[in-house]
Amino acid sequence: MDQKLKAGAGVSSLILATGAVALGAFLSHRHRLRTTDNASSSAKRQPPGDLALVGRSVTIRQARAKLFEYWRDFSNLPKFMENLESIEDAGANDALMWNIKAPAGRTVSVTTEIDSEKQDEHIAWRSVEGSDIETSGEVRFEDAPGDRGTRVSLTMSYDPPGGALGQLIAKLFQREPQVQTRHDLKRFKMLMETGEIATSVRTNDETRVVKQENG
Amino acid sequence: MRALTWHGTKDVRVDTVSDPEIINSRDAIIRVTSTAICGSDLHLYDGVIPAVRPGDVLGHEFMGEVVETGANSNLEKGQRVVVPFTISCGGCFHCKMQQYSACDNSNPVEKQDLSATLYGQPMSALFGYSHLTGGYSGGQAEYVRVPFSDVGPIVVPDHLNDDQVLFLSDILPTGWMGAENADIEPDDTVAVWGCGPVGLFAIQSAIMMGASKVIAIDHYPNRLALAKKLGAEIIDFRETDVREALMEMSGGIGVDAVIDAVGMESHGFAIDNIIDVAKQKVGIGADRASALKQAIMAVRFGGKVSIPGVYGGMSDKWPLGAIMEKGLQIRSGQTHVQKYTKDLLAKIEDGTLDTTFLISHRLPLEKAAEGYKNFKEQQNEWTKVVLKPGMAG
Repeated sequence: MDQKLKAGAGVSSLILATGAVALGAFLSHRHRLRTTDNASSSAKRQPPGDLALVGRSVTIRQARAKLFEYWRDFSNLPKFMENLESIEDAGANDALMWNIKAPAGRTVSVTTEIDSEKQDEHIAWRSVEGSDIETSGEVRFEDAPGDRGTRVSLTMSYDPPGGALGQLIAKLFQREPQVQTRHDLKRFKMLMETGEIATSVRTNDETRVVKQENG
Repeated sequence: MRALTWHGTKDVRVDTVSDPEIINSRDAIIRVTSTAICGSDLHLYDGVIPAVRPGDVLGHEFMGEVVETGANSNLEKGQRVVVPFTISCGGCFHCKMQQYSACDNSNPVEKQDLSATLYGQPMSALFGYSHLTGGYSGGQAEYVRVPFSDVGPIVVPDHLNDDQVLFLSDILPTGWMGAENADIEPDDTVAVWGCGPVGLFAIQSAIMMGASKVIAIDHYPNRLALAKKLGAEIIDFRETDVREALMEMSGGIGVDAVIDAVGMESHGFAIDNIIDVAKQKVGIGADRASALKQAIMAVRFGGKVSIPGVYGGMSDKWPLGAIMEKGLQIRSGQTHVQKYTKDLLAKIEDGTLDTTFLISHRLPLEKAAEGYKNFKEQQNEWTKVVLKPGMAG
């Protein structure tokens, strides 16, 4: 009986061990098959890290310096970022207050500081400690081939808090954030390439209606 | 203002709608003097184009007088202009390559997603042709807001009347580009499927580009007669085996170039675009793609295939083997109108091009609905309808 038990346990362990080896082999095989390709993180089927990540690139037929300069004046951002009410100076260290449109006519505010920047190349920002939303963003400017202008890449990540406000914010950010980022970047492109943002409205009254709907 | 608006299938009406205003600084407002009904408008009329909304103002072939300009328009009040149906910014990657109908910036951002899903990248904007291409109010109206007015409209001299220049807006450059895409060489025999306005202008263009023989294929006697008058040999596909005839007419070689000016339009477009139901597509669309399939079979080895006809979705039973084994060149696309208007206007001015022969009917704007109905139901006689907002009823 005792021996039988032992033998049974032995068989079970063997099976378990075999299973573990097989699983390990399977996993490492899977691991081996994974290629580090040249795609940007935003094109990955599973984004890396814990934070919700949104990223997009667009090519704009303008000089890098001009685009950098326009973006670096953050008060310009609400002109092409639909969810932004305004961005104001908020004290030292390039602190900025982002006033973001929320459902039911509400506004959510986040204060950020510049994390790092390099003239004509990139700007990165991050929410200050104790913010309701932990968020960071980075915009990169690279020369596109030939005379195609500049490749602009925008990456934003966020980690909303718990609670009712957190849910509201999560909902706000999850309003198709990929689509929102792509749309914002395209509006930036329109503004930089044509000086205006395309609209098919016929009258100014219609413009106001469209803005209310989107807001 | 008064404008032809879409209300539903086979229901278009001339309504009073709000006057257009300058919205962006490069806009201009045009008072329309002439505007045509295009064959492709009939698909809006038939209710088969997606993303058309009740109240949308139709029309993409129009011209008129500049009555208002934004701060950054380079037009002046009082100028007479023809407006391309393609809306193009002039400053993006595609516009700089003269690929105006692929403009990155004219279709409003929030309207780009549908066509991006369908084609991989978004379409540019067109006047009066559904919200897929921007939702801009069209030209079958008394007034039109014209965005990027410093890029599109071409100023026409006063000694040329509207009928002579109106078709610079779409069908003349479309026919011309259709012929250009066939890379016609002096000894070439060119076959053109479809003798609607675009097909007829493609025939005219192919002859001007030096084709030794142009063969027109249709079944409406009046349209074939127009093709003959332009100098084409004709085939009535109801009477004749087209491929057999073309082999004989090209001395057993096959024709050097083929132009499909038929397209898949009415039946294929909406269903292909909007509903992903393959069977429906095949059942209704396949018949319409038959012209193109026939063209691919008729063209010689190493030959050239040009497709100005409109297609919107998927096609089944595509003769891929014939394309590969015969080493065919295929070119297509919405017309890069702005690339051609200046040269074509010069040809109209010096008398080498006449487009007025096409117009069968001129109506006041108020009778636009009647124009649609007859253009749709009496294709043999109603070859082209021009609406004149100022004309007495």
